[in-house]
Amino acid sequence: MIDSTTLWTVILALGFGSFALRFVFLGFVGNRPLPGWLLRHLRYTAVAVLPALIAPLILWPAANNGEPDPTRLIAATVTFAVGFATRNVIAAMICGALVMLASGYILT
Amino acid sequence: MSSYARGLRDGFPFILMVFPFGMLFGVVATESGLTLTETVAFSVVVIAGAAQFTALQLMNEQAPVLVVLGSALAVNLRMAMYSASLTPHLGPAPLWQRVFISYFLVDQTYAGSILEFEKRPAMTLGEKSAYFFGLATPVCPPWYGATLLGAWLGAAIPTELGLDFAVPIAFLAMIAPMLRTPAHRIAAATAAALALGFAWLPYNFGLIVGGVGGMMAGARAEQYFEMRRGS
Repeated sequence: MIDSTTLWTVILALGFGSFALRFVFLGFVGNRPLPGWLLRHLRYTAVAVLPALIAPLILWPAANNGEPDPTRLIAATVTFAVGFATRNVIAAMICGALVMLASGYILT
Repeated sequence: MSSYARGLRDGFPFILMVFPFGMLFGVVATESGLTLTETVAFSVVVIAGAAQFTALQLMNEQAPVLVVLGSALAVNLRMAMYSASLTPHLGPAPLWQRVFISYFLVDQTYAGSILEFEKRPAMTLGEKSAYFFGLATPVCPPWYGATLLGAWLGAAIPTELGLDFAVPIAFLAMIAPMLRTPAHRIAAATAAALALGFAWLPYNFGLIVGGVGGMMAGARAEQYFEMRRGS
């Protein structure tokens, strides 16, 4: 259960922080160019942070007491393969969800 | 056709992307115990799907507030890049417009507008901002609506459906198409390996180690491949 004070702190601070990130250049920097090394790192934020977040969740799901779970591993593999091959986010999500649902019916 | 109408037309297909994702957030948030008001406020105030899912996931794991904020803002760092990239086009707009442009600056509105601005360099400032707001119309309000709908449905969906896995699946689906270059693949693989190797660190610091290490690996790899091509 998430504590209500924590939740509202996160919502408001994250809202403010996200707005600041979006406003920083449009609002303050104007037309000055950014240093190349900074842009080079910014290009990889999404592809670094998101895998770091989900890798432990896929390998050691809390719902399976932190043990690897074949169903979740298969669903993850299918999602990744479809997303990589088709470049279609929604198709990949649907295929992964279908694997989770189908194996839920078969294994229980 | 006015620039606003063209933006509206070009932004319309994005509804297909925004709607399922927003509904998923509504469902997962209510399953995590958030009220309807809290769930919708989350989407209206933050208006960034991936960061919202990140924050929610970490709060469910009882991570400290600073780790929640640090990780979710790191996910949103790309917004600063979008802001920088649009500045040559929309920077001269009046301040109140730049405030709204910043608030509505998400993956879809950025991708759609930069595509159009580069295709039609002759557009005036007024046409560019009108086009941007046209794009935002079928993207941002549906995001709120989809969250609300998901929150309503969420209360009715049983928790046994393996919904804990909705977030990893959604993120995997988003990451896979982003791995266009070897540098992107190296960044993602390094980040995942480091996060697993440092998962024993307290307060989810393994995520920070993985994220920062992945960014550095990606930047290094990009330089390496550029040098090799150049020589």
